[in-house]
Amino acid sequence: MKKLIIGMILLFSTLQSCNTKVDAQVSSKSKNISELSIYNLPSKWTNQNGQNIEMMDLKGKVLVMVMIYTSCKSACPRLVADMRNIESRLSENIKGKVKLVLVSIDPEVDTPERLKAFSIENKMETDQWIFLRSTEENTREFAAVLAVNYKKISPLDFSHSNIISVFNAEGELAYQQEGLGVNSDETIQKITEEAVKLN
Amino acid sequence: MLQFKIVGVVFLLVLSTVLTAQNTQSVAIKKGAYVPLYGTTDKKPVEVKAFNMDVFPITNAQFVVFLKKYPQYSRSNIKGLFAEKSYLSQWKSDYDYGTTNLSNAPVTNVSWFVAKKYCECQGKRLPSMDEWEYVAMADEKRIDARTKEEFNKYILSWYEKPKTYTNPVGKTFKNYWGVYDMHGLVWEWTSDFNSIFLSGESRKDKDTDKNLFCGSGSINASDLMNYAAFMRYGFRASLKANYATKNLGFRCAKDLK
Repeated sequence: MKKLIIGMILLFSTLQSCNTKVDAQVSSKSKNISELSIYNLPSKWTNQNGQNIEMMDLKGKVLVMVMIYTSCKSACPRLVADMRNIESRLSENIKGKVKLVLVSIDPEVDTPERLKAFSIENKMETDQWIFLRSTEENTREFAAVLAVNYKKISPLDFSHSNIISVFNAEGELAYQQEGLGVNSDETIQKITEEAVKLN
Repeated sequence: MLQFKIVGVVFLLVLSTVLTAQNTQSVAIKKGAYVPLYGTTDKKPVEVKAFNMDVFPITNAQFVVFLKKYPQYSRSNIKGLFAEKSYLSQWKSDYDYGTTNLSNAPVTNVSWFVAKKYCECQGKRLPSMDEWEYVAMADEKRIDARTKEEFNKYILSWYEKPKTYTNPVGKTFKNYWGVYDMHGLVWEWTSDFNSIFLSGESRKDKDTDKNLFCGSGSINASDLMNYAAFMRYGFRASLKANYATKNLGFRCAKDLK
């Protein structure tokens, strides 16, 4: 009898699960989050060191974000080069305020181990660099926020938008650089502006 | 033992009310393959697994029930990240769609984020673009009516009709699968609306595009078909996840167990 009741309660609680996630998020950390902040997204991620993080853990830093996949042969190497170029041009006094984040659009293939190997291959090993992957659904949602479109076009390949996004310390979109190998002056200026505010 | 039975029966009753209260009727869609009109470079058929599709788009009345249960998605509580200012702007207030909107008209001015949440809260999900297109290519009798001139004319004549989004659901034709309103009422969100590349390289994949714009004298059934699809894919490509527009609604789908 007890078991039956417990079973019923469990069943009901799973039916309500779409709500609990949101409630937990509202109650805990989100009090000071602005309307347009990406930290309104409660999604969970894993980094290149296999650690689980929430986007929220990055709050307070200026973020430079791009979506890629590691088996990509065409556009991503250039996007990655653009990211490295941006990083190298940041002045020393703001580097501690900035994180460069590469989010995988291919979570199935891009395991934390693979992301780690990719970071080593591409000399992105300092703690300035964060590689993230999540579920396919969280990734799709995150891409929607970044206005990044992507589509699997073959077992190993994706089409995707080439957009580098800058978020301020509050998680609000501050700037987007679109295209490959474009001039990053404005992006760097925007990153610097946002980072200096934190000094 | 009797007590056990009573508890069980009461439980089942409550459970069934909970499950059906907001759940729109849905039908099983058999698995199949189809060649999308856009989005593949090789024109190979895309496999669509069997799934359940809602028979109708979600209505104003259903959406009010959802909002009352999850007030964080109401017009005054919704965050800008998840929906722009026009979110439910045609409604009278947070939980009142007013007298100008029919209770059984499709809810529109809803963002992708909230549409997605709505479906999740019913234990469902948004249909993928392939699932949606797969169901939408059926007319009353055929699974794939895309090459039929009448079918394309019907779709295109809808595109020209103003304000069909104020009509009640279920008044267009019932298609092969038993699904209504895939054409003729509102545009609908899909889970992966942001997977379209119409600009740039993929434009070249479609050699017929030039026929659409160069005013060639011979408009045949396949031109009409491509034009109708082009409108749909082009519209999706123009969307962002927090957009809310008055001719855009949604329905839910579900994996088959």
